[in-house]
Amino acid sequence: MSARSYRLVKIGAEIAVPVAILVAWQLWTAHAQSPRFPRLSTILTTFQDMWLFSQFGTHVVPSLERVGLGFAIAAVAGVAIGIPLGLSRVSRAAAMPHIEYWRAMPPPALLPISIVLVHSIGNEQKIAFIAFFCLFPVLLNTIDGVRGIDPTLIDTARSYGVPRHERIRRLVLPGAMPQIMAGMRTSLSLAVITMVLAEYFSSTSGVGYVLLISKNTYQLGPMWAAIVLIGVLGYLLNVLFILAERRLLAWHRGWRAATS
Amino acid sequence: MAPRLAGRDLVSAQPLLQIDGLGKTYGSGDKAVQAVGDVSFAIDDGEFMCVVGPSGCGKTTLLKCIGGLLRPTRGEVLLRGRRVTEPPEEMALVFQEYSRSLMPWASVRNNVLLPLRHKKLSRAERNRLVEDSLAAVGLTRVLDRYPWQLSGGMQQRVAIARALAYQPAILLMDEPFASVDAQTRADLEDLVLRVRDEYGITILFVTHDIDESVYLSDRVVVLTHAPTEVKEVLPVDLPSPRDQIATKELPDFASLRAHVYRLIKREQADAPPVEVAVDGGTLSA
Repeated sequence: MSARSYRLVKIGAEIAVPVAILVAWQLWTAHAQSPRFPRLSTILTTFQDMWLFSQFGTHVVPSLERVGLGFAIAAVAGVAIGIPLGLSRVSRAAAMPHIEYWRAMPPPALLPISIVLVHSIGNEQKIAFIAFFCLFPVLLNTIDGVRGIDPTLIDTARSYGVPRHERIRRLVLPGAMPQIMAGMRTSLSLAVITMVLAEYFSSTSGVGYVLLISKNTYQLGPMWAAIVLIGVLGYLLNVLFILAERRLLAWHRGWRAATS
Repeated sequence: MAPRLAGRDLVSAQPLLQIDGLGKTYGSGDKAVQAVGDVSFAIDDGEFMCVVGPSGCGKTTLLKCIGGLLRPTRGEVLLRGRRVTEPPEEMALVFQEYSRSLMPWASVRNNVLLPLRHKKLSRAERNRLVEDSLAAVGLTRVLDRYPWQLSGGMQQRVAIARALAYQPAILLMDEPFASVDAQTRADLEDLVLRVRDEYGITILFVTHDIDESVYLSDRVVVLTHAPTEVKEVLPVDLPSPRDQIATKELPDFASLRAHVYRLIKREQADAPPVEVAVDGGTLSA
């Protein structure tokens, strides 16, 4: 098979499988006539009515805001804490048990305490909740990335008298960046999960809240539309992240290809 | 580019670099490993000095101590009479592993800029230093390439250009040509001799290649096996400029080379079997 026809087949398969699933869903639901499983066409019509764009501002925007802020705080804090921990064995020994403990904590287990401590129905509690759980993948990957930097590189910079803060900026941070980005990607999907969770339990807005209300009022069309939207949001955020990563780490792909 | 004088106009009896009873032991107690025993020698301003020794004798450790990257356990290193406790500004270091000492995420230009960013220089001066030093090693059209887009020999030239841009008085080189092919190696040897004249720089060059040490240097320091000491300091009175064919045809070259070879062979034979994990073949590799 030529490279070109291989690509066509590959793209065809990527599109064909989801289309086939959706068609099957439509045919099955049309036949089953179950209120719990609305037809695809019904879901899509509801989706369009709700999210394009009458409730977009009231529910989607707040959700995205929380995901964005929570993720951003986690990314910055994870790198800022991870770099010193990656550089110092002693501080690592002091911090690792705590990190391992909290990162093993399932998010729902902390939801009650988060509502009690940051008792707001507003954004602070949800952003703090998202940021807390998104912190760990970035933090652990930053520590690993920093530890993996070639000592020859650090020695070279030291021999040139490059001051410590410059070494961190010019060597440590870019050297650890491939792993930091891998951690951020994990965190981003975690941000969507924790966003839905937080909104489902204590909120007056957001897609997680819509999910809760439509479930409680047995509006299964809107409920399915919310589920579809959450999936689409997660998918699009990941695509955006991959595009950003490709630009930022272009050197890494070339370097890997050249050295492997 | 105006040649740098590297303090040659300073009339002084003091050697540029003096290594005095230097020793390095890793660990302590039962697990202590003595890497460098007791090393003393001195380098004069403008000199090209090679250090050879049997593989595994502690050459790299010695060089890191001299460069201020490792703290010696005994003795001291004096640069123009001042004790070296951290990497001095007048010193630059080129490692063997160019692929590990260059930053893969930075362009050639930014790699060479690394040691200059924290120096008090104007942007124009910095750019001039980068361009001049790259021109001195024969690289002018690769400023915006990444190091991994270049051949091994070119990458090592970038590393040398970076050292030159730093304008050191003394350049320490740790087996810099051990990982390139023979032809590239000969080219790089001649390149180092040329920039040494052009920049008036003092060079301390560590190698395990006996031919290379005799071909390049004004004096060769032969080290014993680990824990290493100085076996002999040997003046190399071969005519300058050196030439890969003519110099190596000289009877003097052959006898110097044979002399160093014998010293090192004997060292290897004497070495405790655990600490030397090499055969004679790696000597001239």
